[in-house]
Amino acid sequence: MSGPSDFQPTNPALKWIERRLPIMGLMHSSFVAYPTPRNLNYWWTFGAILSMMLALQIVTGVILAMHYTPHADLAFKSVELIVRDVNFGWLLRNMHAVGASMFFFAVYVHMFRGLYYGSYKEPREVLWILGVIIYLLMMATGFMGYVLPWGQMSFWGATVITNLFSAIPYVGDSIVTLLWGGYAVGNPTLNRFFSLHYLLPFVIAGVVVLHVWALHVAGQNNPDGVEPKTPKDTVPFTPHATIKDFFGVSCFMLLYAWFIFYMPNYLGDADNYIPANPGVTPAHIVPEWYYLPFYAILRSIPNKLAGVVAMFGAIIVLVFLPWLDTARTRSSKYRPLAKQFFWIFVVVCILLGYLGSQPPEGIYVIAGRILTVMYFAYFLILLPLLSRIETPRPVPNSISDAVLAKSGKAASIAAAFLIAGGLLIGGAQNARAEDSHGGASPPGNKWSFAGPVGKYDRGALQRGLKVYKEVCSACHGLSYVAFRNLADPGGPGYSTAQAAAFAAEYKIKDGPNDAGDMFERPGRPADYFPSPFPNENAARAANGGAAPPDLSLITKARSYKRGFPMFVIDVVTQYQEQGPDYVAALLQGYLDKPPAGFSLPDGSYYNTYFPGHAIKMPKPLSDGQVTYDDGSPATVAQYAKDVTTFLMWAAEPHMEARKKLGLQVFVFLILLAGLLYFTKKKVWASSH
Amino acid sequence: MNPDAATIAAGAPIEVDLTPIASGQDIKVFWRGKPIYIMNRTKKQVEEAQKVPLKDLPDPQTDQQRTKPGHEQWLVVIGICTHLGCIPIAHEGSYDGFFCPCHGSVYDTSGRIRQGPAPANLPVPPYSFLSDTKIQIG
Ligand code: FES
Repeated sequence: MSGPSDFQPTNPALKWIERRLPIMGLMHSSFVAYPTPRNLNYWWTFGAILSMMLALQIVTGVILAMHYTPHADLAFKSVELIVRDVNFGWLLRNMHAVGASMFFFAVYVHMFRGLYYGSYKEPREVLWILGVIIYLLMMATGFMGYVLPWGQMSFWGATVITNLFSAIPYVGDSIVTLLWGGYAVGNPTLNRFFSLHYLLPFVIAGVVVLHVWALHVAGQNNPDGVEPKTPKDTVPFTPHATIKDFFGVSCFMLLYAWFIFYMPNYLGDADNYIPANPGVTPAHIVPEWYYLPFYAILRSIPNKLAGVVAMFGAIIVLVFLPWLDTARTRSSKYRPLAKQFFWIFVVVCILLGYLGSQPPEGIYVIAGRILTVMYFAYFLILLPLLSRIETPRPVPNSISDAVLAKSGKAASIAAAFLIAGGLLIGGAQNARAEDSHGGASPPGNKWSFAGPVGKYDRGALQRGLKVYKEVCSACHGLSYVAFRNLADPGGPGYSTAQAAAFAAEYKIKDGPNDAGDMFERPGRPADYFPSPFPNENAARAANGGAAPPDLSLITKARSYKRGFPMFVIDVVTQYQEQGPDYVAALLQGYLDKPPAGFSLPDGSYYNTYFPGHAIKMPKPLSDGQVTYDDGSPATVAQYAKDVTTFLMWAAEPHMEARKKLGLQVFVFLILLAGLLYFTKKKVWASSH
Repeated sequence: MNPDAATIAAGAPIEVDLTPIASGQDIKVFWRGKPIYIMNRTKKQVEEAQKVPLKDLPDPQTDQQRTKPGHEQWLVVIGICTHLGCIPIAHEGSYDGFFCPCHGSVYDTSGRIRQGPAPANLPVPPYSFLSDTKIQIG
């Protein structure tokens, strides 16, 4: 995009087009002949990674939108049906949801890179500001996307975030009503968010074009921060940068695939598997991890308006960065003080992120205030001051000098990704929303379905189904599971005929018939498990005020707080069985008599693992209650384990397919990355 | 993008029967998609609410201003935290009123803000007593 190109196609048809629309010349000069500094390190591949993520999000998003229903009563279910019934729907959804996190992770690396190497300095101010605009658009898009599944966190996140605008004096409340399209967050809100969530990515794509354009006018910055002077300082974009970017992208894909296939719910929140309920606020509202530092800033200020201003200010301050940091030396490589403070700043951001996920009490509030001050001080005091007092080390004359002087201590890709992974894990503080005070942490179990090659134990699934049918189904629905699913691959392993016979034992309400009456008929494989109560109020009334939750998603909707450092270790061990562990522990956690000093409300029972201990469900299982015909012990422990396995399958029927495909993808990606690495070495052999 | 006609129509006033609410109990009804707490306060709670000196309140309002004369035991407030809109939990927090689990705002037995980031008291919706045991909200 920098000036006219001398590219001349040889094919006459292409020539004809090129004369009228020189698009191939544009592409050629921007992405082929474009001179790129030869000393770029792998941090520079994040630009390409981000472009790929944007494209992936748009493609998966467009397909998801074909199956999604933006209505307050149907949205939650439609997302579940995408995951269960649409071909590879689970993959699309995981890619899109995890993709959002990865997109933000990459953008944070990209921004910190710009910060470290001074990529915002003259003449790249506009480039930087366009980047901040993209970031803001991404935040809006990500937020609205998170609302669409219409779970509890979606709903309450939307409530909290839209209410931020009510802090604006005088017009605040009218703005909020305008955002909602009603008197509270509701169906109109969901509809407009869907519309905007579909629109904004294309706006982002437009600004990205400007961003790349501005980049190609000013030229890329580089780790040494000196502009290329002679042709010796640069290499052509293709093949050099292209192959390097491909390699960077393939490594990033490995990280991405790790989450898609093995820990799809790690970055999300268990509460979002509970359908939105405007009458109940979750005990602990946390935004997605990528907003946590700003959320921490918001909460650390005790005044509402000031808190909101500080939160937005924390982002807006980035726009002014080129004029706050006036140091002449670009790269922090040659700025001994700036370099140290940069790393302190990174740590401050990560700590703020951690605090954002913690309850706003005691020490967390104080720490939050200190870190907020440090955050702003970095931009408003430190950077302007440093530019005046710091004596930078001498910068090399030219890029080729720098490359020749380099002693092999350039960030190796492995180190880069280790740090990158560390950053993500630090940032990805997915505080499980489940309130843990007063509920003991459940003991871990050995689940057949845990780990990268885990599979459901068919026997346990069949026994668990029996326990569900004979015990749980009296009060709990299983409304997202259809009888036909019992014959699905990766399920309990029944034949289609067995599933049909099982269905026929149920009475299903159908109609209206020709006379306009509702009638009952035997179940068919396509029917869903009928719920024991016609609606939630009936369920509530029949159960002493606490409606028994539907169990279709219970093992994903329940969790408990893992705490630091377990949540970091979990990324590596792929531990994500909090839900099943909790359910199994709960079923066995009843005490006949509450411990001394605990006053149990009437109509409640004492459970060691239930948050608050007073549960309305009476002890559901006792030894010998269900007869097993395969010789497994008829004990509560065995029942609990079996029914939990069954419920895990009910919550995620395609888990086996997910892990299986994951393995294939990993093998492929590792091979691809290896091949790309050697190709890259070959291409760069003459340039290093 | 403001509320459409149907939404506005659905926001018409509603009537609520108070007889089932025993002293010390509360119910939550929905009006215009907002939860409204109707609380039958005990004598002790009413006294507590009336005794507080105004200077202790971040958003000074007397309990009399927030209730209807002759029906002091009834507190009717919109259960939406004035901070960022969560639903505070009734009968919790150190003032025996409401506690907001989101960012820790505490309201007293009159729904007035006492502690935490919320700037204002829980708003009192427009309502009137049709009889001693029936109110109309809206
Ligand atoms: S919303 Fe209630 S304290 Fe923030």
